Amino acid sequence: MAERYVMSIDQGTTSTRCILFDRRGRLCAVAQREHQQYFPRPGWVEHDAVEIWRNVRRIVPEAMAHAGVDAGDIAAVGIANQRETTVLWDRRTGLPLGRAIVWQDTRTAPLVDALRDRPGDEFFLDRCGLPPSTYFSALRIRWLFDHVEGLEERARDGEVLFGTMESWLIYNLTGGTDGGLHITDPTNASRTMLVNLRTLTWDAELLAFFGVPRPLLPEIRSSAESYGEARALLPGVRITAALGDQQAALFGQTCFSPGEAKCTYGTGSFLLMNTGTDLVRSHNGLLTTVAYKIAGEPTVYALEGPMAVTGSLVQWFRDRLGLISTAPEIETLARTVEDNGGCYIVPAFSGLFAPHWRSDARGVVVGLTSYITKGHLARAVLEATAWQTREVVDAMNADCGLALRQLKVDGGMTSDNLLMQLLADVLDVPVVRPLVAETVSLGAAYAAGLAVDYWADLEVLRRNWHRAAQWLPAMDPRRREEEYESWQRAVERSLGWVRPPQPPG
Amino acid sequence: MAGPVQSIERAAAILRLLAGGPRRLGLGEVASSLGLAKGTAHGILRTLQHVDFVEQDETTGKYQLGAALLHLGTSYLDVNELRSRSLNWADALAARSGEAVRLGTPLEGKVLVVHHVFRPDDTLQTLDVGALLPLHASSMGKVLLAFGTAAPETGPGGELEAYTRHTLVTREDLDRALAEIREQGWGAEVQEMSLGEAGIAAPIRGHGGLVVGAIALSGPPERICDPKGRPQPALIGLLREAARAISRDLGAARW
Repeated sequence: MAERYVMSIDQGTTSTRCILFDRRGRLCAVAQREHQQYFPRPGWVEHDAVEIWRNVRRIVPEAMAHAGVDAGDIAAVGIANQRETTVLWDRRTGLPLGRAIVWQDTRTAPLVDALRDRPGDEFFLDRCGLPPSTYFSALRIRWLFDHVEGLEERARDGEVLFGTMESWLIYNLTGGTDGGLHITDPTNASRTMLVNLRTLTWDAELLAFFGVPRPLLPEIRSSAESYGEARALLPGVRITAALGDQQAALFGQTCFSPGEAKCTYGTGSFLLMNTGTDLVRSHNGLLTTVAYKIAGEPTVYALEGPMAVTGSLVQWFRDRLGLISTAPEIETLARTVEDNGGCYIVPAFSGLFAPHWRSDARGVVVGLTSYITKGHLARAVLEATAWQTREVVDAMNADCGLALRQLKVDGGMTSDNLLMQLLADVLDVPVVRPLVAETVSLGAAYAAGLAVDYWADLEVLRRNWHRAAQWLPAMDPRRREEEYESWQRAVERSLGWVRPPQPPG
Repeated sequence: MAGPVQSIERAAAILRLLAGGPRRLGLGEVASSLGLAKGTAHGILRTLQHVDFVEQDETTGKYQLGAALLHLGTSYLDVNELRSRSLNWADALAARSGEAVRLGTPLEGKVLVVHHVFRPDDTLQTLDVGALLPLHASSMGKVLLAFGTAAPETGPGGELEAYTRHTLVTREDLDRALAEIREQGWGAEVQEMSLGEAGIAAPIRGHGGLVVGAIALSGPPERICDPKGRPQPALIGLLREAARAISRDLGAARW
């Protein structure tokens, strides 16, 4: 029998990738295309959904050509996507109504402040597990209704469809205006602020609160089930999975048991811990989210700790300070010194995220003396990522009463050996990197393959996971505690820097 | 022995002059500063410009040190950059071959291991990034020697240290092996560093084709080699494919 493959389409923030995986979870072909980033105003970030669909139409045949296969050799397609990015389109023409508003876009900040004030975080946390933040889609829908003439009315009349990127792609793959499916999955739906986290259905109270009419919204299906057959591009191939990118990475890292966690280290970093079928409400500043929902099985939940500035601190060090010329050189520079020399950098560039959630914080460099060199600063840059991870892990351990036993890592920064060792040192658990670095794509492929019995069960997937590298804790416990204490004091100094506007007079 | 070459001495003087201050210098200034005829100075500057050691400002016609010269002392590839660029290819190689993968660069007469991917069988393995391997007894070292990226460390009598009874300990044997590596584009060692271990390595080329490092597969001889003790062609194919892919990535960069 000829080898068959599972295809994943990872619709990311800067590019879209199509990857084919074989039965052993090995990467067999990749095609990738970047799309344009639009910054129409400070804080605004937009994508052209038509361009993204056009890219998908190019990379899918490209990946198949690389592997020398056609649609008949594809067992199933799974989709992973940048989360929370919001696109509205016309039900009749199938065309987007304006550009997609990207998850990084902060235009809804004033609305966030108003909602945190009234009705307050608890109102939302009780229902959808999320506090108001510029990340989530419901606020963007509200913003669009308030700023685009006639849009709200058209939405009420059922002429408009909302989706995040997986909905948009599935709609187009399954025929668009000609019977295209308008669906989403719980990992994506749970990031809108419109879903009841317990029932995984659109919440009438939240819908009413944001003024979002039900016909606008996609049907919520499982993360892994046969949605339907593709008509465009891959005629007859079943589309069988959709997962938000961070949840896809959790799945690709085979974190299927409660207490298993992964952290993806990129521009920002996202630590997710599987909490099993228990919906754990965080008392320590973490987000409660859906990990995945396989058709016919109970929903699996996760706690999530997003760190806004990790890799982007290295980029800042490279581009703004010019102390290194490529990101990996941060390690070379940091290794010119033995320790941080007493210097700490808290990168609260736009406030502190998990677990502090302090928008009044701003970045600080503390402990400067005439002794400090750029090597110490480089070390402090890497340590900032390690300590931010420690804070999130501490919050996770406190929330679910499980102590993390090892951390699975992926993402670009895992090539930094010093950072990986620092992580093992400050977390006091082994840090392991899997052989397949493309965990987001792999997770979407795994979920898609499971739904069509390409892979029999989760155990088979676990056996595909192989350790490519491991770092073990080697730091003296007393020094670890001293350093952590210093980091925490540095964090305190970042708080309250931004003062609320003073009344005139 | 021939005496110093005058034009090279003059070229060095010009480079020192240009390096001496922040200011760009015109042809006249260069010539008069060094007591050279303008024609002579111009010929040398043109040659230095040709090899990118000197740049000429398009509008003023004045000269300054070129980018290539600035990178001369750091023409080594940053090892962390090398690891970062190799990560996906090294992983893929380990996945396809089922063996451990290492990347190495020369460091003070040894091979520095800069990246290590475990053999994907989930057995207990220890990351040996930072370890130093002997040049003449490791597959990566032999590749680095063959392509002139490193020079062998020999004892006073020209002998090489023996790690096992298979280690190449004479210059003749080593030179013959290196010639063969240059010929075939890859190198092997079978139990030359430690008994029960074999490895094959291929060169990684950076900008301009210069060999900057090596990538290797290693494992027990019975897996790396066929029953006749020759490295398996299938593994060599995968290894060279990965080496070429990394080299392509590196060559695309400006250094």
